[in-house]
Amino acid sequence: MNPTQPDNSTVHPLEIPPGSNLGRRHRLGKLWRVIFLASTLVGIVSLITLLLNILNDSLGYVAYEVDVDPATLSTSSLPLEQLSKDELMAILRQNISTNAYNTLETQKPFAQRSQSEVYDLIYERVIEPEVAKTWTLFDSLFYRSQIFAEVASDYPQATVSFVFWINPDFLTHPQSSDPILAGIRTAILGSVWTIAITILVALPLGIGAAIYLEEYARDNRLNRIIQTNIINLAGVPSIIYGILGLAIFVRLLEPLTSGAIFGVGDPLTAKGRTILSAGLTLALLILPLIIINGQEAIRSVPNSLRQASYGLGATKWQTIWHHVLPNAIPGILTGAILAISRAIGETAPLVVIGASTYITFDPDGPFSKFTTLPIQIYQWVSRPQSEFRNIAAAAIIALMVLLLTLNAAAIYLRNRFTRRYS
Amino acid sequence: MSIDHNPPAADDASLQNTTAEQMIIPSINLRKKRHLGESLIQGFLFVCGAFSILTTLGIVYELGKEALLFFRSPAVSLVEFITGTQWQPHVDEFGILPLVNATLMTTFFAMLIALPLGVCVAIYMSEYATPKARSRLKPILEVLAGIPTVVYGYFALTFMTPLLRGIFGSETVEIYNVASGGLVMGILILPLISSMTDDALSAVPHSLREAAYGLGATKLEVAVKIVVPAAISGIAAAVIVGISRAIGETMIAAIAIGAGPNFTFNPFRGAETMTGHIVRISSGDLSYDSMDYNSIFAIGLMLFLITLVLNIISQRIVRRFREVYE
Repeated sequence: MNPTQPDNSTVHPLEIPPGSNLGRRHRLGKLWRVIFLASTLVGIVSLITLLLNILNDSLGYVAYEVDVDPATLSTSSLPLEQLSKDELMAILRQNISTNAYNTLETQKPFAQRSQSEVYDLIYERVIEPEVAKTWTLFDSLFYRSQIFAEVASDYPQATVSFVFWINPDFLTHPQSSDPILAGIRTAILGSVWTIAITILVALPLGIGAAIYLEEYARDNRLNRIIQTNIINLAGVPSIIYGILGLAIFVRLLEPLTSGAIFGVGDPLTAKGRTILSAGLTLALLILPLIIINGQEAIRSVPNSLRQASYGLGATKWQTIWHHVLPNAIPGILTGAILAISRAIGETAPLVVIGASTYITFDPDGPFSKFTTLPIQIYQWVSRPQSEFRNIAAAAIIALMVLLLTLNAAAIYLRNRFTRRYS
Repeated sequence: MSIDHNPPAADDASLQNTTAEQMIIPSINLRKKRHLGESLIQGFLFVCGAFSILTTLGIVYELGKEALLFFRSPAVSLVEFITGTQWQPHVDEFGILPLVNATLMTTFFAMLIALPLGVCVAIYMSEYATPKARSRLKPILEVLAGIPTVVYGYFALTFMTPLLRGIFGSETVEIYNVASGGLVMGILILPLISSMTDDALSAVPHSLREAAYGLGATKLEVAVKIVVPAAISGIAAAVIVGISRAIGETMIAAIAIGAGPNFTFNPFRGAETMTGHIVRISSGDLSYDSMDYNSIFAIGLMLFLITLVLNIISQRIVRRFREVYE
């Protein structure tokens, strides 16, 4: 910046005017430059540590003990997985009580169950694997021999295997109290249902409000209040929305949100703590974000477009619908996607409105009880046993992949469309 | 925030009037027509806009109503609520100080990380980084800001707590403790503060920087003695928003800080923040009109008021600082 300064500092010390501390100032400048850069690196290192920490927990060695060795169950030389359904049913009948068998029959008749479902039942009821201990990826890689030594001395009955906690079975199995069998199918479906309702409600309302505030609203007191109010709502902690949802959707509108007035749903079990309540609560939560982002997108459409349209005799709505919106929609959608990914990761409001923590059946509509991915993660993280930490890490990976995909879509939209007028 | 648009329709009408007179086409009525459909649409859009007011009214009404029920209860007095150091609903002790104290301590630790780091990151991004480095670093910080808070909670419990216990010894640091949650909350808030501060620094006109360079200032002196003071109100606004975010942050508190409302100033002990308490109380089967149910509304009301005041202060500051350079 100042080319004369380096020269000054190399001149004979006596030539520098007394009191000059240029060398010190430059050293200080360099020091702080390093500090500023280091701070930025701390941010990046935190992100990497966070991701590695998740990865570290999501795969590694597991020692588990079984009640019955699967090899002894099989009547033929084939492994258990390859037996026919009838053979498997025979094994199941031998190894569980008649009562238990009948209960299973009433839950879902065996005639309707597939071979793999019966196999899962045997795995769950007869083999009953139980985790003795799990190790992180780091330990599994660097202390392999110690792990096997420890298992040999402490858990002589246990089998050790290297487990990827996130695997197809994990994604497709319903929840279970046994971490080996547990999956996030119910949680994923719950998340999808909830977000679908959130989008259905928040997107039209949010875009409508953004259009109103940018295109119609005159600068009067009421509109200024609306605008200020939206900005303030964006800063309200998410848990407050949870409390609002609990009071309004779960309690006040219970007949609606439990589906009672439509004659559907099971009002006794859900009591308003349904997917519909959750979706509406999250819609309120992300509405201000969608509006604020939408306003920015609409504002960036050049006024010349509007004037050209009016000049051709178009009405206000024709102008908005045919010219303003098509040009603003990429920006609106980018903002909306970011808001939706916020809603997907949101946990606190759903805990407050009472998302079910343990359900094993798939949610089948807006009036169903539900759990979502973040809530599932919260539940598993809260358990003291380390194996639940492993499946929490696996569920976090599933959640992050979903969010990163959405964010990548938002960035793609932004890069693809925003430079049209610049 | 520009909601003032000169209605172009009126201008168009007068414009068309003059051209029409010149062209002498008297049979066309050029007055602005009222279309029913247009009015309906405008009405619908207004409802969309006004819906947010309903949300606010809903929050204020419901929180106020249930909180009032709470304070009307003979077991609670307002004085005890504000000054009491015991929060034990089962023996009718409702002093909110343990919860407020834990919230403030967590916020303190969060700002201890987020404020210096956030400002330093912003100075680096705005004053030092080349455009290329900036375009690479910014998405990383955005990813950090987009990670769900439940994941940060997991990080606090499975990484930060063992780290602290490794450093200070596991007999001093409890499994659930304020410091771990607070520090991780600092990482969560860091991108918020750095991006708001970055905006404030970038808004400082280049002429100020150039004048300082012209007087022989080094890059550091320009950044710290010229740009940062010129943007100080924006930085203050960022800090206040950060504090408000830390106070309202829930999942880290619920997972890593603990589940017992202890009144303690020891950051290595477990405590319970206001948000953490609401989550714990409501994740059980909460029955309506119980003291527990009403108490979460009273705590929620306090939380709402605190964050609202902080946000309004920050907006005021931002508005004032905008007027300086525009």
